[in-house]
Amino acid sequence: MAEKNEPVNRRKFLREGLWAGGLAGLGAVGGFVGVRSTRGDTVWQIDPNVCTSCGNCAKYCVLEESAVKCVQLYSICGYCDLCFGYLVPEPKQLDTGAENELCPTGAIERTFVEDPYYEYNIIEELCIGCAKCVKACAVFGNGSLFLQVRHDRCLNCNECSIAAACPSGAFKRVPAKTPYLLKGADGKA
Amino acid sequence: MRRFYMIAVLGLWVAGLSIEAAAIEQFPPPDFESGYEFPDTTTPPPHSAAREYVDAAMLAIALAAATWLTYTRRSRRGIFALMIFAALYFGFWRKGCICAIGAIQNLTLTVFDSSYAIPITAAVFFLLPLAFALFVGRTFCAGVCPLGAMQDMVLLRPVRVPRWLEGVLRLFAWGYLAAAVVFAATGSAFVICRYDPFIGFFRLGGNLNIIVIGLCFLLVGIFVGRPYCRFVCPLSILLRQFSRLSKRRVTITPDRCISCRLCEDACPFGAILAPTAQSDEGDYIKNKKLLGFFLLLLPLLIAVSGWAGYGLSGRAARVHDTVRLADRIYMENAGLVTETTDASDAFRGTGRTADALFAEAAQIRGQFSLGGWLAGGFMGLVVGLKLAATTLRQRRAEYEVDKASCVACGRCYEFCPRQHAVLKLKREGQ
Repeated sequence: MAEKNEPVNRRKFLREGLWAGGLAGLGAVGGFVGVRSTRGDTVWQIDPNVCTSCGNCAKYCVLEESAVKCVQLYSICGYCDLCFGYLVPEPKQLDTGAENELCPTGAIERTFVEDPYYEYNIIEELCIGCAKCVKACAVFGNGSLFLQVRHDRCLNCNECSIAAACPSGAFKRVPAKTPYLLKGADGKA
Repeated sequence: MRRFYMIAVLGLWVAGLSIEAAAIEQFPPPDFESGYEFPDTTTPPPHSAAREYVDAAMLAIALAAATWLTYTRRSRRGIFALMIFAALYFGFWRKGCICAIGAIQNLTLTVFDSSYAIPITAAVFFLLPLAFALFVGRTFCAGVCPLGAMQDMVLLRPVRVPRWLEGVLRLFAWGYLAAAVVFAATGSAFVICRYDPFIGFFRLGGNLNIIVIGLCFLLVGIFVGRPYCRFVCPLSILLRQFSRLSKRRVTITPDRCISCRLCEDACPFGAILAPTAQSDEGDYIKNKKLLGFFLLLLPLLIAVSGWAGYGLSGRAARVHDTVRLADRIYMENAGLVTETTDASDAFRGTGRTADALFAEAAQIRGQFSLGGWLAGGFMGLVVGLKLAATTLRQRRAEYEVDKASCVACGRCYEFCPRQHAVLKLKREGQ
């Protein structure tokens, strides 16, 4: 090419300049990240007041068994004998018979407290996050059963597959310091 | 008694009265007489950050090891072993997340979303490979990237891709990078993660379409070396530019080139450049004219391509949930469709007005229009500069690696007779 006289020098100068620019660019990005990172890390969580219990949480998690599970907020539970989260509609009997249970995996445990109250616990190993009980509890009950991402299981994927499939926009990134969105005493998160 | 309340409430509901709004606290928590206390709802904490720092440390160690194996040991076998380790650790063990390619999106979202901060690990995964590239080239691709490892391991019958075709196909990666930045900046989706072809293998399950795409990449990868790295990977675009400037470059020979031509076909990625013939004066003048023409063409290319990007932005905007929802609500309200979707039902449950939703969607569409112009214009610039670069000639007296394309896999070492001679000398020295 034209730079027959001292081709190396011009190109070298350009290259050195670009190299320094690249390094400065990376440094700038690093500094920017450093400033921004004071906001802290985030994790995925479900806003229970937006969730419509569509059942996608059971299907779309990258884990074979979803990281989303149902939780029971005891302080707003009615401890009903006829719990629609626990029992199928029009149950034959109000007991723990499998044919009477709404949960497909039998993940809700019913224990007698005192007449006429029963405590309902979620057995997390069995819960698949299908939200059947959540829906029934929200419609007929107090809404004390709702879905939450369980962070002992969640991989905290860069893009949550369930969030991408969530129709209601209930999935959001929340600060890792407050990783759960439990409903308050008034039933609101 | 409680049972009768329930039945009464049910009756109201059946009568068509919406009780959903009043669903909360229909049954006040009972006053227990037996001294029962409410158990607490368990809230297991997220995995400690320590594991992520281990990942970042592993990345640094693997990068250092890849660099050492490439430059000091010059051992293809070592690089291959590191590659397998990377696929096992960053791929199968850590389920392919976080990865350096996807970290581009975290960084973009941090810039454009004031409520989001990139995790330190993601920042390290983005910065370290590029910083290494600035000094020693793409050693990240060689032995650290699990996606690269998956493809490198299946490359059994390499075929040569013509240089011009390689350049054209690589435009897809440029476009993918631009699109990924637009989608991340608008908060629509992390498309790089969504369409990561090997995530299904790393997680041993997942979306069937993605697994099929991954299988296709592996099948093609038997013949075409690292098809994802070369023609799709958005990070490779950045790494290429940084690697061009790198202080050191991978050399085929450990000491000097004897122009034996044995390495000529050694590189399955087309990264070995043959020595050039002396170009005559006529070529030079022709090339200079062509360069001028391409540079004059540049503004036109940018404008046309930007306009095309703007044209595509309307469709691209529908990737965003809000825009899709607004379209759906509009159609439902206008009576164009009769059925509702989960999303539209959920929206109506929130009590927000449709107008507020439409306004938000319009704003996002506006962002996409701007993004379309910018991404399109950027692509025009890339095409123009690529055309201009075809007129530039570099003289080479011997076989050299193309700094940008070389992924430092170490295959060519074995082809160089000097490598074997030097190894033999070393052995005898010991």
